[in-house]
Amino acid sequence: MFETTTIVTASYFDSVVLMRVASQLKKRDGITEVAMFMGTEGNHELLDQVGLATAESKHAGPQDLIIIVRADTQALAEQTSTEAAAMLSAKRETDQSELSYRPRMLDRALGFLPDASLAAISIPGAYAARETQNCLAHDLNVFLFSDNVALDDEARLKKIALDKGLLLMGPDCGTAYLNGVGLGFTNVVRRGRIGCVAAAGTGLQAVVCRADHRGEGISHGIGVGGRDLSGEVGGLMTSYALSLLDQDPATEVIILISKPPHPEVARSLEQTCRQLATPVITCFQGTTLDSDAFIQSATLDEAADRAVCLLGNTPFVPRNFTDIARIKQLLDHQQSTAAGRRIIGLFTGGTLAKEAYLLLRPLLGTVSADLDQAGSHCLVDLGDDRYTVGKPHPMIAPENRTEVLLELATAGRLDDCGALLFDLVLGHGSHADPASELAAGLAELRSRHGLTIPAIVSLIGTEGDPQSLVEQQRVLNEAGATVFLINSEAARYAALLVVPDCRQALMEVRP
Amino acid sequence: MNITEANRQCLDKIQASTAVWSDIRPAHEVISGMTDYTVLHAGPPLTWEQMCGPMRGAITGACIYEGWATSPDEVDRLASGGKLVFDSSHHRHAIGPMSGIITPTMEVNVVRNEPFGIETYSTLYMGIGKVLRHGAFDDEVMTKLRWMNQELAPLLKAALQAAGGIDIKSIVAQSLQMGDELHNRNKASNALLLNSLVQHLIEVGTKEEAIRAIDFIDKAGHFILNVVMAGSKGMLDAGSGIDGSTIVTAIARNGYEAGIRVSGLGDRWFTAPAPPIDGVYFPGFGPEDANPDLGDSAITETIGLGSFSMAGAPAVVEYIGGTAQFAVETSLKMYEITVDEHQTYKLPPLNFRGAPLGIDIRRVVETGITPVINTGIACKRPGVGQIGAGLTAIPLQCFTAALEAFAQQST
Repeated sequence: MFETTTIVTASYFDSVVLMRVASQLKKRDGITEVAMFMGTEGNHELLDQVGLATAESKHAGPQDLIIIVRADTQALAEQTSTEAAAMLSAKRETDQSELSYRPRMLDRALGFLPDASLAAISIPGAYAARETQNCLAHDLNVFLFSDNVALDDEARLKKIALDKGLLLMGPDCGTAYLNGVGLGFTNVVRRGRIGCVAAAGTGLQAVVCRADHRGEGISHGIGVGGRDLSGEVGGLMTSYALSLLDQDPATEVIILISKPPHPEVARSLEQTCRQLATPVITCFQGTTLDSDAFIQSATLDEAADRAVCLLGNTPFVPRNFTDIARIKQLLDHQQSTAAGRRIIGLFTGGTLAKEAYLLLRPLLGTVSADLDQAGSHCLVDLGDDRYTVGKPHPMIAPENRTEVLLELATAGRLDDCGALLFDLVLGHGSHADPASELAAGLAELRSRHGLTIPAIVSLIGTEGDPQSLVEQQRVLNEAGATVFLINSEAARYAALLVVPDCRQALMEVRP
Repeated sequence: MNITEANRQCLDKIQASTAVWSDIRPAHEVISGMTDYTVLHAGPPLTWEQMCGPMRGAITGACIYEGWATSPDEVDRLASGGKLVFDSSHHRHAIGPMSGIITPTMEVNVVRNEPFGIETYSTLYMGIGKVLRHGAFDDEVMTKLRWMNQELAPLLKAALQAAGGIDIKSIVAQSLQMGDELHNRNKASNALLLNSLVQHLIEVGTKEEAIRAIDFIDKAGHFILNVVMAGSKGMLDAGSGIDGSTIVTAIARNGYEAGIRVSGLGDRWFTAPAPPIDGVYFPGFGPEDANPDLGDSAITETIGLGSFSMAGAPAVVEYIGGTAQFAVETSLKMYEITVDEHQTYKLPPLNFRGAPLGIDIRRVVETGITPVINTGIACKRPGVGQIGAGLTAIPLQCFTAALEAFAQQST
């Protein structure tokens, strides 16, 4: 048997701690005895009595820790003694579960949640790149809500993420679904077989809601930011997200929503999609690529519907309105003199505004995206930076839109308006009751300005959303608004009102 | 050497440091350059004109004690005429609470950081209420000061010799597990110190002397504070002067300014106006009576004690007006701005995690979290003494100025 004595000078350890460590080590194979005591007089006597005192231990003072180990080999005794000292000085994290403390620094936050795999970043864009890089360095996937991140920073950070096999969702990513957990602005939808890759904002929300209405669900919804398919970023995250969804057994079909990709990026995207086993349905807003690598859709609802049909193995039938009888009925009861007047659309969702614009421009001719453009049709994204300076986003604060609406009325600029087009996005993150806010605005248009302009609402949400789709629909109906659960239909219906000539074309059932 | 390595080197030295209260000596014998008319004070250097009421009062008392003057007017003439040589105690390995005045014949604690051969010094703690460090200098105070220097100091010196020195680091570690945070609360540590001394005081003194000494140390309540402060300073001095290190090695206030020193930035001070203290007041006093933050005792926070260890001292929060949860959160907040955890000072409520150690100026500037200091509130009128206690935060300005200087130095 071999024995070692180690003295750790000028230290203090509670005897309970020493006994715990000693008993843990004593259980090991080849260890006969582990004694750990502070060198107080009483402890020296104790060591004498039990015959453990050694020549070295006798010199230890009351502030010195004595570690005596008896083991089968000298090496084991020494190693155990070293380990005992290490166990005593091992760093320990606080058990934070019951504390309300919110850490400020990333390394401290990781101390609280050592298993965290994702960071959500929502800080002014100027600082977002640095924090993103820091999170990536800590092997965290990033949900980057912040906008105004420099394009070269985005490209650089996405390369870093990709090298580490991490997702960098964003910048300016408003919505994501990962393993059934929603991040940012999210609707309550069922989980299912459709995987999504999107910029991602209201476009993703519209698609998941439509799929949910059709009885299908979402496996994951990965946001990549609006510039991922630009030449500078090169579609790095889109390709990675597509490959991840392709490997995911739960995902049977993929929907990709994006602005038109840069031509070179489009080519590499085609390459990527051809290698996937999972079919990809795209909605490149405003363009159709000459390619059969993916199934292309003109609208968000079409993309969702095509996915549902693919999953149900039923043929997809394109149509402008899902319920043509309802449209006929609405038009029959429409008594306004909207024809020839202009459409004013006040949107809170950028992708929804863009979709309406792309649908209406061929039908209406000039459509302005600028509120100050008098005389022409006008579709405005009130969530755009120039309208949100110093203000919350209108999805959170819909009263900002009411304010714009009433200002237009006061300025007499609604006098030539034949149809008001709105979107209304429900879900987590959105205002608790946007329908009532819009209803109040419409009521004020009537009572104060004597305006009874037809109001058409594109309502994006599900019954599971905190605001309740049915309830919001009821409020809007009572306010006299015509509600569509599909954005493209709301836009087309507005066109029917102001351009009666297009009725035949739009209401015809396509072959 | 990069910053991380420099900080590691600095912290390794601090962690390996010891603090043994080994002796009591007259200041002029141990503190460098303590010639006649030398007056050391708390905090960063400042002029007589800038000094607050309590500090001027304490200097007046000290000058009368030294026999350099007999009245406040005379002291004012000595000071204004440039006869008195003022310096920060920190420049000479010395330290003191509140005004922290040290003059040549005062007896000082000698605390040794053995592995690094560093000796640090502090005056003997005088008790609470009407005391010199708060600027009191009436006959009662003078009598007490004389007794302390003439009877108590020699007795303690002999007792320390008999004891072979007393390990302060070990007492600090033990009392942290007994509910002290070693700045505002010293219930356990003072008792543990007295336990170590009693036998030796009886050995070396007459019965009456021993009883007077024991009674004084017991009633003073925080007698150990000055010894802990000297010990803490000795540890931090070991970590000073490491090129490239961003670790704070001193935080101190003089009632006019608060200042910090940084390991890699030499002897420079980075200062800002002394902040007010958010706290509770003794009956009859309010914020209008309070002196801005004063004293070197923030050295305890700098070594991870005080507010940094408040999680382990739930009882102290009542004194400063908070909840036990607040105590825990204060410590957790301090981990955000520190880069190490103390290997010997452990906090039971945080699962025996080491106290937050090593304030990094970069983390302070990045988070905007500045070190919280548990502190007593001094009355701005000299001689009244402590009128409350509370929390104060060292101004961010000190840290941004230090970081800018660091950046300049590095380029």
